[in-house]
Amino acid sequence: MKKQFLTGHQIVTQACIDAGAKHMFGYPITPGTEILTNWIDAAQTNPELTQLQTEDEIAAGFAVCGAVMAGNKAFTATAGPGTVLMQDAMSMADGMRLPVVVIIAQRGGPSSGTVIYSQQEVNLAIHGGNGEGMRIVYSPSTVEELYTHTRKVFNAAWKYRFPSVLLTDGFLLKTTQDVELSFDTKNEKGDITIFEQNKKQHIRNIYTVEEELYEELQRQKKDFDKMALEITESEEYKIEDADIVIISHGIVGAAAKAAIDILRESGISVGLFRPITLSPFPTDALNTLAGRVKKFVIIESSMGQLRDLVKQELDTSIAIKIDGLYKPAVGISVEEIVEKINLISK
Amino acid sequence: MTAISTFCPGCGQPAILRVMHGILKEKKVEEKAVLGLDIGCSLLAWDYLPINTFQTHHGRVVATMVGYKKAKPDSVSIAYAGDGGAYAIGFQSLLWAAIRDEPVTVIVNNNAVYAMTGGQTAPTTMIGQKTSTSPAGSDQMPVNGPELIRNLNKDAYIARTTMTDMKELKGHLEKAFEAQAQGHFSLVEVLSFCPTNWKVMGAELRAYVERMQETFPLGTF
Repeated sequence: MKKQFLTGHQIVTQACIDAGAKHMFGYPITPGTEILTNWIDAAQTNPELTQLQTEDEIAAGFAVCGAVMAGNKAFTATAGPGTVLMQDAMSMADGMRLPVVVIIAQRGGPSSGTVIYSQQEVNLAIHGGNGEGMRIVYSPSTVEELYTHTRKVFNAAWKYRFPSVLLTDGFLLKTTQDVELSFDTKNEKGDITIFEQNKKQHIRNIYTVEEELYEELQRQKKDFDKMALEITESEEYKIEDADIVIISHGIVGAAAKAAIDILRESGISVGLFRPITLSPFPTDALNTLAGRVKKFVIIESSMGQLRDLVKQELDTSIAIKIDGLYKPAVGISVEEIVEKINLISK
Repeated sequence: MTAISTFCPGCGQPAILRVMHGILKEKKVEEKAVLGLDIGCSLLAWDYLPINTFQTHHGRVVATMVGYKKAKPDSVSIAYAGDGGAYAIGFQSLLWAAIRDEPVTVIVNNNAVYAMTGGQTAPTTMIGQKTSTSPAGSDQMPVNGPELIRNLNKDAYIARTTMTDMKELKGHLEKAFEAQAQGHFSLVEVLSFCPTNWKVMGAELRAYVERMQETFPLGTF
């Protein structure tokens, strides 16, 4: 595989094409716009790809729902206030088990906020619908992972039929570097929702009897838990002898790794636990670790959305100290992480 | 397959849906047809006809069918909505589908009220009409969807008809499907009975729809 000099946006776009996506429906919003423009560029010369710049994110999301019901892989990319509007379609995808793929380029919030970076759309990505948050959410930390995780998002969506999200940010998407794109898993084919021949299907998302919805949700939960056993993923870095374990996701996870290398040189036994799937969350791996280390330090560009996920998954019988560095909507440098851990370990 | 209607007795929608289905059957395109439903009373059609049918969200059926048609260009993509779904909460998507000349057929059931939620003011509620959200009578200009959309798209097939004239209804729907087959947007608004919310019965229903025609003239636009 040869190295190419690419930006994060180009990598995600290429991953969508390689995953077999045929349609993109999107509405421009920083910092996700270039996925739409790159896709449209690609569609100029590839007759298999179609695209539509819709009137808003709502239409983009529902057009994706329509296209996947017809059996084709389709996706959208959005950010911030667009992620809020996208919840309407994502909720329908939740209810009807549609393999809708959404690339979320997190930006600062609330409201129009800032336009490049944050880790504040974790809750929206997982729990933004009016239901139970049974979605698949991957959080890549490097440009290589932008590629592999986008491929995984499509495969998971089509294999398990839950709406699936690549949760990233403008920093990572705007990073340009030499990268090798490789992924050795075959594309999932998945089922077509609406069959033409002799299959008069009637598909609903509204129930007249409470028990019907209750039973449907039980089925979904069963499927979700079964799927979780197969796809839940996390990275553990230098944790074998660690007293302190940093918990971070996405691009902050990459900064934490660099910080750990520096801290290790000065003799501090610190490691990293990085959830790769924020949903389903790597609960077992987290609790195994919680049982044997002294302290968790949660570091994220949010006021505690990752912390809350961790706390909700922690086995309550395990007493572990939790410290944190919470910097909503601003980047976190390697130096800041080193300083924070130095302070804690004194 | 026997259709079991869950619509109120006297509702106009089963008649519209049956006429529509009759055309699909006649043209032998039942298998290529996909009926997307908005939310509101239109959702009740989810298992009414022996063709592929799915519900969407309120105001979102047009955008969904635009996506469906992109993925299956040889399908007959039908977006079925009420007046609220089409001209209020889903208006933006409807107008843009028309502007872009998306090859989908939109059928709008105009009964001048939000029926499923119990008769609130709709975009097509007429001046002076009393509803549960306009108890003194509506003073809001009703939306004339077809007339408005005509100005946005010169190639689309756009009509308003009434369920009280099945022959006319059939003719307009046939032409709308032809327009879709030729790659154009089409919209047929159908004036339709709502005995439950109008609180009228029998022959008065027909008289009500005739009065509606003063605000909503029939024809092609």
